[in-house]
Amino acid sequence: MTAWGALPMLAVMLPVLGMVLALPAGARGAERITLALLPVGIALAVGTAAAVQASGAPVVHLLGHWAPPLGLSFRADGLSAAMLLTAALVVAAVALFARAGFGTAAGAPETRAAFAFWPLLLALWGATNLVVVATDLFTLYVALELLTFAAMPIVCLDGKRATLEAALRYLMFALLGSVLYLLGVALIYGAYGTLDFVLLAGKARAEVPTYVAVALMTAGLLAKTALLPLHLWLPPAHAGAPPAASAILSALVVKGSFVILVRLWFGVMPGLAAPAAAQVLGALGAAAILLGSVAALRQERLKLLVAYSTVAQIGYLFLMFPLLVAAPGHEAFAAKTWTGGVLQAVSHAFAKASMFLAAGLIAARLGQDRIDGLAGAARLLPVPVAAFGLAGLSLMGVPPSGGFAAKWMLLTSAIEAGQWWWALVILGGGLLTGSYVYRVMAAALTGDGTQPALRRPDKREKIVLALALVSVVLGLLPLAAFGLVQVGRLDLAP
Amino acid sequence: MTATVFGLVGALLTGIGLFGLLARPEPLLRILAFNVLGGGIFLVFGAVARRGAGAGFAGDPVPQAIILTGIVVAFAATTLAVALLLRIASDDESDPS
Repeated sequence: MTAWGALPMLAVMLPVLGMVLALPAGARGAERITLALLPVGIALAVGTAAAVQASGAPVVHLLGHWAPPLGLSFRADGLSAAMLLTAALVVAAVALFARAGFGTAAGAPETRAAFAFWPLLLALWGATNLVVVATDLFTLYVALELLTFAAMPIVCLDGKRATLEAALRYLMFALLGSVLYLLGVALIYGAYGTLDFVLLAGKARAEVPTYVAVALMTAGLLAKTALLPLHLWLPPAHAGAPPAASAILSALVVKGSFVILVRLWFGVMPGLAAPAAAQVLGALGAAAILLGSVAALRQERLKLLVAYSTVAQIGYLFLMFPLLVAAPGHEAFAAKTWTGGVLQAVSHAFAKASMFLAAGLIAARLGQDRIDGLAGAARLLPVPVAAFGLAGLSLMGVPPSGGFAAKWMLLTSAIEAGQWWWALVILGGGLLTGSYVYRVMAAALTGDGTQPALRRPDKREKIVLALALVSVVLGLLPLAAFGLVQVGRLDLAP
Repeated sequence: MTATVFGLVGALLTGIGLFGLLARPEPLLRILAFNVLGGGIFLVFGAVARRGAGAGFAGDPVPQAIILTGIVVAFAATTLAVALLLRIASDDESDPS
């Protein structure tokens, strides 16, 4: 138990408490509760990050003062702090954006979609926070399920046939992922008698049960992260989802299972990670980058283009695995890979949230979102189109964006590790990303000769632009600032 | 001895469930397969509890707590999936095209 340990615990508890209170409060009350919790959540995330940075050690909270293995602990290290901050800011932006679609104006009747949306948003927030701070593998299972159970209904809020079928498909993938993960948890418990990954870090041995368990859990988590070839659920789930739901799904939900995977590989079994298996994960990531980008390039609908871009960007995260496995003994190099991977997760979260919300505004204004029909969009909606372009720069990896810093670190790590093939993939992925972002921008910047009618400025455009700017500004921060994400890495523990 | 039998039955159920979940296209069958698979995993957990017994207990109580929580979560998942399926089915009835 360390000082400030209550901060990450409250970051989990408050959204959950808010969700419980929101259910009897009705749509209007739920909206108020959510908006009231936003500043508190941001403050808690900033506080956690400050405490981790100041002490240079993870912030730990023991629930009910019971220490693992008997009790459960919450542990916020640098990675958790970065993800808590990302989650708080993205949820805040999405909540403010969603007031236009799911808000209940004074005197207006409450709608069912609004009543469902706000508690689900709080549930997603609480579950994301739990995923990044819990240390018990079974608690993580429950957190993953919470994430799925909240994400599945929020993507099919419109209730259309195709959306419901996409949601069912998503649920099936997610359930398969969770049972495989749970089976791995059972084997780990059978082998070591504890599920706390801090305790496991010192105990895990290179034995068959460990490898089988980690393989099962990895497969399960890949299905939830939507890494190729288990990405099939993601584009259809995005197709009919409200823009706010898509933003959360791509920015946060798929990152949750990725964080667990990183902890499993480099926390529970550092040193046991097999180079061959890590190369397979890297190869899947590379395939996701290339095939996902090509698929994005071929889409006709803007929203699906952005969804396939998520499939591709998730691939970059998995390049961390072969590089970190090759790293033991090269601390500076491992630190760079680690920072690059985490920065990719964070900058993609902001960029992709901005892109989905911008695509939502464009689709709402034009009444359709076919890329061929985007002509004149830049004149009608200059701010969202500019935000889309800025976020695209970050995805491509153009300096000085956050995406550039992340990809640059991964690229140089790959060359230093002598694994130049990943560097080629990163460069090729950047070119393909540039092509699909160009395709959208070129279509949107074509004029259709009409003068747009005057309209009231839309507050939502500023939110979309702010998210895109954050993803770009991340690249301008001095690298020393990212010392934060190194704190508490379990693979460094003696 | 019983722990071994439970473990083997659990493994069998896990295999059957996994096959059903991966190989059957019908949503309802897949939901049932998910439940069979879950049952198998809980049995494996039970066998683990029996084998890990120590300190004069007949079994390790932690896996039993985990099984209970797991059953609740699996039940919630089943309910969600069936609700979604019913919604899609009622859509079919109201709109036969």
